[in-house]
Amino acid sequence: MKTFPDGTALLYIDRQLVHEVTSPQAFEGLRLAGRKVRCPERTFATMDHNVPTTDRFNIKDPIAKAQIDAIGKNCKDFGVTLFDLHSDKQGVIHIIGPELGITLPGQTIVCGDSHTATHGAFGAIAFGIGTSEVEHVLATQCLHQKKPKTFKVEFTGRVQSPVSAKDMVLKLIGMIGTAGATGCAIEFCGEAIRALSMEGRLTVCNMAIEAGARAGMIAPDETTFQYIVEGCRPYAPKGKDLERLIAYWKTLATDPGAKFDKELTIDASKIAPQVTWGTSPGMVTDVDGRVPAPDQVSGYGKTDVEKALAYMGLKSGTPMTDIRIDTVFIGSCTNGRIEDFRAAAKYLKGQKVAQGVRALAVPGSQQVKRQAEAEGLDKIFKNAGFEWRESGCSMCLAMNPDQLKPGERCASTSNRNFEGRQGKDGRTHLVSAEMAAAAAIAGHFVDVRKVKVNP
Amino acid sequence: MKAFENFRGGVLPLDRANVDTDAIIPKQFLKSIQRTGFEGALFSDWRYLPDGKPNPAFVLNQEDFQNATILVARNNFGCGSSREHAVWAICQYGFRVVIAPWAGEDKGRVPGFADIFRNNSVKNGLLTVELAPAEVDWILRAAQEEPGLEATIHLADQTVTLHHSVEDKVFRFEIDAHVKERFLQGLDDIGITLKDESAITAFEKKQGF
Repeated sequence: MKTFPDGTALLYIDRQLVHEVTSPQAFEGLRLAGRKVRCPERTFATMDHNVPTTDRFNIKDPIAKAQIDAIGKNCKDFGVTLFDLHSDKQGVIHIIGPELGITLPGQTIVCGDSHTATHGAFGAIAFGIGTSEVEHVLATQCLHQKKPKTFKVEFTGRVQSPVSAKDMVLKLIGMIGTAGATGCAIEFCGEAIRALSMEGRLTVCNMAIEAGARAGMIAPDETTFQYIVEGCRPYAPKGKDLERLIAYWKTLATDPGAKFDKELTIDASKIAPQVTWGTSPGMVTDVDGRVPAPDQVSGYGKTDVEKALAYMGLKSGTPMTDIRIDTVFIGSCTNGRIEDFRAAAKYLKGQKVAQGVRALAVPGSQQVKRQAEAEGLDKIFKNAGFEWRESGCSMCLAMNPDQLKPGERCASTSNRNFEGRQGKDGRTHLVSAEMAAAAAIAGHFVDVRKVKVNP
Repeated sequence: MKAFENFRGGVLPLDRANVDTDAIIPKQFLKSIQRTGFEGALFSDWRYLPDGKPNPAFVLNQEDFQNATILVARNNFGCGSSREHAVWAICQYGFRVVIAPWAGEDKGRVPGFADIFRNNSVKNGLLTVELAPAEVDWILRAAQEEPGLEATIHLADQTVTLHHSVEDKVFRFEIDAHVKERFLQGLDDIGITLKDESAITAFEKKQGF
């Protein structure tokens, strides 16, 4: 809208997504200053972080309940659309934005949540902000932003099935580290990215922040347009409006030969299924690899690796496939979409989870849950011994009752393996949905390339 | 926001890289709908033993560092979740500055602070100072050898002066001119943006909404 002499720009925000954890103080700030929400029609809210995934209407934690109640009152007072626990559109904010057609190519999208990068999969500029900025956007529909550096990550070739989008992005983070793209917006491109479904692209962009990039993006193409045209997307444009927009969206792609501040090429055909072994998403290796020695990890200091291994209770040299797990979590804004449940189900059909393994399947939204149930996936999960839950963020950050106990070890399709992330002293290994399902059956990590699945 | 004034304070050496916002303030403290009261939650998982007593091995609990107002850590401080509660907790505990080093060189150089954390810090008047890796090495070593080591932060001059027993050591830092001005003047964001009200309205009209 306007550029200032110091290089910052006043950026108009097309969509603000709101959840219960990072918004109450922002609404309170508006109240104290006597301000309104400038564009309620551009603001969409849900409750996802605190939500119990069993009996969602019986929130036992009074502080969590107060936060859930607060977003209800705030949205009512300020006229913001809220998909609450009674809504068939409720779900993890980054799952419902795309599936409801709220997220569209070419938009600027913000949310008080670092995984807002997810929406870049549509060729949108989407990034996470703090609560002060949430308030700022509510009040002004604008943000002051400095243009980030540009980082091109090209995945050449094709991944070898069942290697997935999750493995691609984990591989990248392992290569460049969790600060490798700080200050940058990543554009993901190349044959392997083009070959991904929207679901896979959302997974890749979702974890751009784990490489330090506030925004990750993918040029919109036929896959993108198909996703918007098909399916039930009540907020997406239709008819002539949509045709006109698609013509515009086709112009959004980066010019051929454009120069980037940083560039990296990764041969996707050589990527193996990935498993993290430490307490940072960059502490990751191939499933047929071993837990590394403390002085052999690029990008991490010896003492940091020693601390991570001590926390994780792992010894250097242990084959990754020897690591036994007692918990499996399939869900989150990273891998809580319908494709993830379809992929996992292939490994669960006619199988039983290993003895002593507690396995949770948490659909990313009510829509994902209904779709999975319509396809009979819930039965496959339940017959295998999984708990089939209601939608929410759940054990990705364990703000609700779904938590690891101290010392428990989880194969998780989420995005962060930080200390305490899934529960104090809990141990997290990040993997794809396929890898999590296979680990649930075996009771330890297995190389999914070697597992035969029923078609 | 209050204008940032130069000050002298104690240095707390937190010798860790990739200190994420989950570590700065674990999720159980994010359920509050208030903006205050987070000081007790800062570094909770590291700071307290399972019985709730302070963990004597954690640097924040050690007597020499009780009055520290300058937090020094390693690269990629504040990575992970966007939770502004992390900045609130650091500020409300009493820290006014966080120092972290960049990493790598030339094209491979990466900033000392994660983007969202740094932005949140600006909004709350918490100054993030990025120094060279060797400079932060020196400060961490000095603060461990001389517990209670103090430093003076001079924003107008863009310097950190370590008051080491042998001699004062001065490190200069770079800062975005816009951010520096905000700190020196204590400016409020929404007020600044709303000065452009007519431009925003004109843009909205042009877009047809």
